Amino acid sequence: MVAFEEIKVGDTIPPLTKPAITHLQLALYAGAGADHNPIHVDEQAAKAGGLPGIIAHGMLPLGFLGQLLTLWVPQSQLRSLSTRFVGMAFPGDVITCSGRIAGKREHAGEKLVDIDIAAQNQKGENLQLGKATVALA
Amino acid sequence: MIDKTIIGKQYPAFTVEVEKRWVRSFAEAIGETNPVYFDESAAKSAGYRSLPTPPTFPFAMIMDANQSFMILDELGIDKRRAMHGEQSFDYHTDLCAGDVVTGQQKVVDIYDKKNGALEFLVTETRLENQRGEHVCDLRTTVVVRN
Repeated sequence: MVAFEEIKVGDTIPPLTKPAITHLQLALYAGAGADHNPIHVDEQAAKAGGLPGIIAHGMLPLGFLGQLLTLWVPQSQLRSLSTRFVGMAFPGDVITCSGRIAGKREHAGEKLVDIDIAAQNQKGENLQLGKATVALA
Repeated sequence: MIDKTIIGKQYPAFTVEVEKRWVRSFAEAIGETNPVYFDESAAKSAGYRSLPTPPTFPFAMIMDANQSFMILDELGIDKRRAMHGEQSFDYHTDLCAGDVVTGQQKVVDIYDKKNGALEFLVTETRLENQRGEHVCDLRTTVVVRN
């Protein structure tokens, strides 16, 4: 169990590298994520929209960032999750999620840790830069 | 340019049921492997009422209720020019399979950058469960490339 007292600002949490994004995964996410925008499954539609080709749903790497956090602490301790989508993910990309402790505070009787989180592709380019807050005992 | 007079507009409430099969298929799509998202007995052993929903599931709920595309259609914006710019979730209580969630979306901001080449549409959605408990607040920024 992760303990509040043992966490220091600047510590990193265990990173998560996901298997390469596949077209099948984007089709599954289009269905389960209820996002039927054709730019995620149809090459021609993506190009007609001015994109270089099919792009992943931004919510997919954000889902990976959620997993990064729930692998670290039980989900019931997650208080907030936010991100800016700063780069696009494409089929074949291998995404690595990471987190660094940015602050510790107490609020409404809870011991909270703020974490800077990022999702990067295999070239080390940032795709998502975000923040999360978890409650620790 | 997006009509800024819709800032403050509140859309009709929507209701979405969290089906077990949906939680499993969502968890599979994001590559989850933790059994709590797939197996009810594992979820209950971990202290959940039923399968918990992964952290980003609430966005799938607002998409299922057509909340984002509804506004784009209303504004006459081509979905292929719209991209997700920012997303946040504030969690207030757990959200599990079997819950029936009611939400309401409002437009909180519209602005542009690069002389209108990029427009930003910001909405907030509050979700409550069948017991009237505040579940989650979502804030969504959609970027439109003109």
